[in-house]
Amino acid sequence: MSEKILRINMTNLSCAVEAVPAEWQGLGGRGLTSAIVSKEVPPTCHPLGKHNKLVFAPGLLAGSPAAQSGRLSAGAKSPLTGTIKESNAGGTAAQNLAKLRIKALIIEGAPVDDSKFYGIRINKDGTRIVEEKELVGKRNYEVIKTLMASIGQKVGVLTIGPVGEMRMVAANISVRDPDGNIRSHGRGGLGAVMGSKKVKYITIDDSGGPGVEIVEPERFKAAARAFAKAILEHPVSGEGLPTYGTNVLVNVLNEAGGLPTRNFRYGQFEGHDKISGETMRETIIARGGKPKHGCHAGCIIQCSQVYCDEEGEYVTSGFEYETIWGIGANCCIEDLDVIARADRIMDDIGIDSIESAVIMGVAMEAGIIPFGDGPGVLRLLEEIGQGTPLGRVLGNGAAFVGKAYGLTRVPVVKGQGIPAYDPRSVKGIGVTYATSTQGADHTMGYAVATNILQVGGFVDPLKNKGQVELSRNLQIATAAIDTTGLCLFVAFPALDIPETLTAIVDMLNAKYWIKLTGNDVTALGKSVLKTEHAFNLAAGFTKADDRLPEFFDEEPCPPHNVTWTMKGEEIDEFWNF
Amino acid sequence: MTSSGISDGADIQITVKLFATFRVGRFAETTRSYPPGTRITDIINELRIPEKEIGMIMLNSRHAEPDQELSNGDNLALFPLVGGG
Repeated sequence: MSEKILRINMTNLSCAVEAVPAEWQGLGGRGLTSAIVSKEVPPTCHPLGKHNKLVFAPGLLAGSPAAQSGRLSAGAKSPLTGTIKESNAGGTAAQNLAKLRIKALIIEGAPVDDSKFYGIRINKDGTRIVEEKELVGKRNYEVIKTLMASIGQKVGVLTIGPVGEMRMVAANISVRDPDGNIRSHGRGGLGAVMGSKKVKYITIDDSGGPGVEIVEPERFKAAARAFAKAILEHPVSGEGLPTYGTNVLVNVLNEAGGLPTRNFRYGQFEGHDKISGETMRETIIARGGKPKHGCHAGCIIQCSQVYCDEEGEYVTSGFEYETIWGIGANCCIEDLDVIARADRIMDDIGIDSIESAVIMGVAMEAGIIPFGDGPGVLRLLEEIGQGTPLGRVLGNGAAFVGKAYGLTRVPVVKGQGIPAYDPRSVKGIGVTYATSTQGADHTMGYAVATNILQVGGFVDPLKNKGQVELSRNLQIATAAIDTTGLCLFVAFPALDIPETLTAIVDMLNAKYWIKLTGNDVTALGKSVLKTEHAFNLAAGFTKADDRLPEFFDEEPCPPHNVTWTMKGEEIDEFWNF
Repeated sequence: MTSSGISDGADIQITVKLFATFRVGRFAETTRSYPPGTRITDIINELRIPEKEIGMIMLNSRHAEPDQELSNGDNLALFPLVGGG
């Protein structure tokens, strides 16, 4: 039984199973979602209209025994940025889809009668599109719990909350994690695209399914073992991430002067230690939470965690640095419990936690609530979930809020909120924000590794020299990793231990009986980026869009008191490959 | 740390900050006196941190190398190799 494409048409509520065209056979994850979007979606279409398509694709290694292989890519034209978008997440759905040999799930069209919502139910026998009444308007934790109770405890679930139903463009798509909690396709407003298709949820039940085929199992096993060894040997993936989670970065970025504070006014936050990874770990342990936790089966890095309140009750998991930075330093809130409550609400109503953090900083800049007002943030998030008039202004992203209040200090690129690293004091990541095919997104080319963490060498974060080349190399490598479906954190060992890449290539060759080399992987990354860039150019973007907001050129960021000084023509060199 | 005898000037005050696993059994932040001429590596040795465990050294919020000599009032931060994102 070979892999297939499952196409769901929401205009006439039909579905079709298609063979995988030759041109898509070597692709998975981001490589595949971007190939499909670029081939089938008119670049100038309205992202919330019937011509946009929402595509899910597990990576090339999904469902295999390879460590870290459970990432699912979601792609579409983004209603937040207007660019092509790929957002990937952990959870169980990638493995569920791969075990049913579904290489991609394409949702297209939109119901003419937009008064109804639907659920898409996939299992080994086929796909059903059913009208949904009970769960409409419900939040994600309840949706997941209800579907697990009715279909099975191991069912894969993709769902949108009320923010997605209302098509606010900061909406995310939630994915059930192995414990029935939530991971998110966060960035770019893909939850609004799902809402525009009138799909409330998708369930994937792989029980009795064919499972994943590995052509050379023994060779695969040997490569997977070498891969796992490299991950566990590297201090970042083997020790740092499992111990402190990604939030170890609060103190690192604060020390480096790159922790955006008070809506990107300063690079250091006085209350940093109270919201740091070190404090978070102590708090979690003291309250009986879990300091480490995997977002999908087969994760050996375990950077996630379970955070409990003072009574030991579950509040949230997957509590990431970017969220804690954003509701914390960026909003001048130094209470980790308030930030955890905010994270819980954001997951539950279905809104991207990075965009929301930038939204709240801009809302404070606008004077809607003062900086430091934790209860105010929780109240505004509830307004977004309820869809009040103010909530709808906020839920449409930081750029929209900035416009509504006539502000200039609005940290966005191509309409997407800038995450947790100040581009003035971490210049390599500034190049990534400017040139990424998807708006400001640190995960597209994580130059922080080399600028700050000294992984994969060192390029001085305060100098322009070498940053374009660094960002380009990282963006190419990232596009390839996102195609394999591996967690991006495998890049830490890959940057320092050469056997990591060899093992990844060996796993791909053993799974598919192909003969890739390391050079092919680089070529793949380049081709993904060029496909995405071509879509954006056809959608009307030009190099003038590859720029940071003006205030970064003009306002020095303490403690280094540096501005963004990269010239347009230097940035444009990025695409010279 | 004033007993080394190599000093012919006044001691210097250095603030030392430790992060992540380096805090375990040590401290988060302290200010101590050191003789003039003290280098970063001397402090790393004093704290019994194996040099191969050092991921990042920041001196006054800039990356620094172990052989760098310290000045009065310096702010030294030591990190194991960590990452996230």
